[in-house]
Amino acid sequence: TLLHSFVHRGRPEPLDLHLGMFLPTLLTQATPEQQNRFFMPAWNLDIIGTYAQTEMGHGTHLRGLETTATYDPATQEFILNSPTVTSIKWWPGGLGKTSNHAIVLAQLYTQGQCKGLHAFIVPIRQPGTHKPLPGITVGDIGPKFGFDEIDNGYLKMDNYRIPRENMLMKYAQVEPDGTYVKPVSDKLTYGTMVFIRSLIVGDSARSLSRACTIAIRYSAVRHQSEIKPGEPEPQILDYQTQQYKLFPLLATAYAFHFVGAYIKNTYRRISGDISDGDLSELPELHALTAGLKAFTSWTANTGIEECRMACGGHGYSRCSGIPDIYVTFTPSCTYEGENTVMMLQTARFLVKSYTRVTSGQQVTGMVSYLNDLSRQRIQPQHVAARTVTVRINDPASLVEAYKARAARLVEAAAKNLQAELNHRKSKEEAWNRTSVDLVRASEAHCHYVVVKLFTAKLSEVSNAAVRAVLTELCLLYALYGISKNTGDFLQVGILTDAQVTQVNQRLKELLAIIRPNAVALVDSFDFHDVHLGSVLGRYDGNVYENMFEWAKKSPLNKTEVHQSFHKHLKPMQSKL
Amino acid sequence: TVNPDIASERQTASFSVEKLTVWLDGGVENTRTRRAVVEAIESDPEFSRENQYFQSQNERYEAAVRKAVHLQKKMHEMGWTENGPEYKYIYRALAGDVAFLLHHIFIRSISMLGSDKQIAKWIPLASRCQLIGSYAQTELGHGTYLQGLETTAVFDITTQEFILNTPKISAMKWWPGDMGRSATHTVAFAQLYIQGKCYGVHPFIVQIRSLRDHSLCPGITAGDIGPKMNFEHVDNGFLALQSVRVPRENMLSKFCEVQPDGTYVRWGSQKINYFTMTSVRISLLSDEVIVPVMKACTIAIRYSVVRRQSELKPGEQEAKILDYQTQQEKLLPQLAAAYAFYFINDYLQELFDNTYKEIQKKNFDMLPELHAFSSGFKAVVTQHCTSAVEICLRACGGHGYSLLSGLPSLYTKILASCIYEGENTILLLQTARFLIKCFMAASAGQPVPPSVTYLAAVKPRRCPAKNKLDFLSPDIYTEAYQHMAGRLISSTAAKLQDLIQSGVKKHDAWNQCTVQLAQAAKAHCHYIAVKNFAKTVEKLQTQAGIQKIMKHLCDLFALHGIFSNAGAFLHDGYLSGAQMDMVTASYLDLLPIIRKDAVPLVDAFDFTDKSLNSALGSYDGHVYQRLYEWAQKSPTNKQMSPAYEKYLKPLLHNKLSKL
Repeated sequence: TLLHSFVHRGRPEPLDLHLGMFLPTLLTQATPEQQNRFFMPAWNLDIIGTYAQTEMGHGTHLRGLETTATYDPATQEFILNSPTVTSIKWWPGGLGKTSNHAIVLAQLYTQGQCKGLHAFIVPIRQPGTHKPLPGITVGDIGPKFGFDEIDNGYLKMDNYRIPRENMLMKYAQVEPDGTYVKPVSDKLTYGTMVFIRSLIVGDSARSLSRACTIAIRYSAVRHQSEIKPGEPEPQILDYQTQQYKLFPLLATAYAFHFVGAYIKNTYRRISGDISDGDLSELPELHALTAGLKAFTSWTANTGIEECRMACGGHGYSRCSGIPDIYVTFTPSCTYEGENTVMMLQTARFLVKSYTRVTSGQQVTGMVSYLNDLSRQRIQPQHVAARTVTVRINDPASLVEAYKARAARLVEAAAKNLQAELNHRKSKEEAWNRTSVDLVRASEAHCHYVVVKLFTAKLSEVSNAAVRAVLTELCLLYALYGISKNTGDFLQVGILTDAQVTQVNQRLKELLAIIRPNAVALVDSFDFHDVHLGSVLGRYDGNVYENMFEWAKKSPLNKTEVHQSFHKHLKPMQSKL
Repeated sequence: TVNPDIASERQTASFSVEKLTVWLDGGVENTRTRRAVVEAIESDPEFSRENQYFQSQNERYEAAVRKAVHLQKKMHEMGWTENGPEYKYIYRALAGDVAFLLHHIFIRSISMLGSDKQIAKWIPLASRCQLIGSYAQTELGHGTYLQGLETTAVFDITTQEFILNTPKISAMKWWPGDMGRSATHTVAFAQLYIQGKCYGVHPFIVQIRSLRDHSLCPGITAGDIGPKMNFEHVDNGFLALQSVRVPRENMLSKFCEVQPDGTYVRWGSQKINYFTMTSVRISLLSDEVIVPVMKACTIAIRYSVVRRQSELKPGEQEAKILDYQTQQEKLLPQLAAAYAFYFINDYLQELFDNTYKEIQKKNFDMLPELHAFSSGFKAVVTQHCTSAVEICLRACGGHGYSLLSGLPSLYTKILASCIYEGENTILLLQTARFLIKCFMAASAGQPVPPSVTYLAAVKPRRCPAKNKLDFLSPDIYTEAYQHMAGRLISSTAAKLQDLIQSGVKKHDAWNQCTVQLAQAAKAHCHYIAVKNFAKTVEKLQTQAGIQKIMKHLCDLFALHGIFSNAGAFLHDGYLSGAQMDMVTASYLDLLPIIRKDAVPLVDAFDFTDKSLNSALGSYDGHVYQRLYEWAQKSPTNKQMSPAYEKYLKPLLHNKLSKL
């Protein structure tokens, strides 16, 4: 579903899964023989494929998938079955109407044993008629929140047979007699996940940038009420409350842009290492991108809605473009790893790193701040409490404050987890009872990473004026985060009451400083009107006349008198 | 049969669901009436919502008109009247998808703003639906700020008419419901001009469509404003007026009149106008905001005991997702908030009724408080509930995004409530203005309304709690909220004064403090909501079983608020860091306790499956079967794919012929 964002930026299309998942999976998981058989027909669109993993009853927890593929050595075929209603494949894009093949993930059974999930190439529709093949039930799952263009589908298989050679066998294999041959390593699958999640981070930045562009341009065009009695109505962007809604989001859009670029670059660098066999950085990057995927998509999701609300009533009209940005973006909180689950993956890595540090080892990378804990272990109080002197106008100093917050929340979560374990609870139970703390720790860690990356970016900007305005945005981003999470900073004394008051004051000053550059800052995103798809966010600002033109095209306006008048209204009026 | 996963949830309820339902309804009689209305509506196939999720804008509009017409008949058949006990349940039973809501606003505005003569002329026509009304206030360029409206009405003495005009594009009426296609008349708001002098915004009755063939009247341009995030059944419209003449008698003249010679006369108090606005704000809360959030909780919580994922204990069956702490932390605070706001609605209703009684005695003293509270709570409740519904949606994983879950349409509908009837930020600032005024008065020793007397006693203090159990005491947390609200209001007032004393002009100072002012207003409303919840629980003493679970919910609502706004409570040291850890611990301890009663607590809302219209939230918990069945009804599954015929077939066939 998400894959449209790198297949072609903008609107989703039914062939996205074919191009974004079916073909790449063939490339990475098929044997040379299978590539010969399937790749060129698929490339030429004789085969239109999709990728069927998620089932009605199972998403993020892959081991729970129920579809079975049982090997029959007598005929050298796999027999595919959807044994329960919950096992029906559900959601794959392009499955409902478009595709004639699917890569299906199923539990492999051979010689009476379950060998876990494997991928199979399954023909689902007849060539020529496009009708479902016998044993296949396939259809569209019905309307969704957005994504109307995509035929997300369901797929049910009843004793459906495919040849042995249709299992993707580059890694694991089933021999003709049913002997199972294990794959060598599964670390490489990390790589794909990291890559896809880095795309979501980029998509968060882009979607939020689009919403900000619309809301900020419109706020410069819209006039309302009065600030000074007797004067003309001011632009709504002159209201402090409006600036407070929009400018932190603008800063966030910039921040996420840099984060997305960082992950992509790091991934490129590491994947260079992968071919050389050095995978040492992969676990950390994997853990980090899980959390950042969740952190950025949650924030962007809320931010897009705030942009829409900031446009008042007109934001609610489809002509604003923001409703469509929202419905297209919001599922990214769920797909490619549900966000809470992602946060907990990052937490697992953080706790592991913390445990290492407490047992005297050093950790590297983004979590290296945890090393400081070992030096402070002799002291009884919280880690963060002593060291930081925060200068609220210095991004580097704010990075330290975020670091201290992350350290303290990771430590608190790890300690709470240990306390639960000491109550002789099972590991899983203890983990579950600490998971709210763990998610908070992950969020704090991700927040720190974002502030750090944004700050690091500043020194790379050579143009002084650009650096100045980005520094203001960076400060705004960091201070806004503090003011929204003051509890974390106050509770352990990273900041004092007086500093928090200063932060809030400085924040408001920054709003006024950024105000003159606000439109220029969204213009820099360089979205064309066609791509933006918004009447409110037009570059030329001619909002009202174009809203009228847009409305005239509404389907309800096709005839001057709507048919329901003749059918319902007129009979009612004449009866009385 | 009921899915065993959901059946087991009901066996362990700590209270009687039926008793809770009756209590929420305010008595057995109400429950009976409500169920009878729901039954009558839902058993009538004309009101079926079975295909709602598959319909286009055109189809939904037509269905809404058809239902509205049928409703007239139904009410007559059933003997339901506008003043009868059934009336308030009809809308809930229809779940909103019905036309002519603005027609009722049209009627209400004439009754409130019209002279006796005007009422006698228009109300019977409108009540019998011989004309269909709308209410045209908002313009393309102006919403909340009424003085800014640009439509003009110029009095022409020679013909004794008003000439209405839309002088420029931003002055077009935009958004009014029922106006795009249905309405024949509207109450249009325009700047009144007499002999070149502007007298401000006034309401005029304007006919826009022919009563014979529904064509547009001369000088009228009107139509539908196009697709929105939801409300596709409503024909929100635009309207441009070009030298449209209406007789002098069409200006609604309860409070002012233009006499034949052009003399402008005003009488009576306009304060009563506020009263109309507050009445609308309060009445929208229950139907448009609280009911949807209760539905969203019902759907998400029921689904969360049917959906299983991953393992909590190795080797065991996958766990119900509601057993995960993170899932509880998403949903249970929303459930608590749904209850809190249900009770706030009662509180506002009572305040409203009392004010109304006083007003009839010509005493307007309570009006400012009512106005401030209805504004503030409208903002706080709509905002909170909107995000609550979104949380519910996202807590349902992928299936939440299917329209068949019912959640996307609940969300896209409720979020409009943050904008209409006053944009939330502006409303919060109105509440803040009242609070600052009261704070000043209280500091000067003058009397203030009882709900804000706490503002007289704001001073530095410390929370007396010693352990985590202390935070389950309503006195402790209500006090904490009161202190926090008082501190925010007093510090903002001080800031305002500092600015003014340092020479900043009053309006600039106000604008520079608006972010803080809005926060202070929210804090006050949050405090009142907590206090009111605690009071409601206290009054439940006679119903012990219910009181216990309500007390847990009240604690959860209060502690969740402290947990998520920790900074505000820590700021001046009212709570210490150690106390905040106690709050967190107590808060997290409550989750598994309420978890046990979660399904019974949503069952008590007593929504029928038809009214939920959700494949995920049905009473019997047969989620997957229903999802599969409903999906097959999708029109896309009833036909061969047109895209196949048009594009895929040629593509695939060309390739075939080449092979």
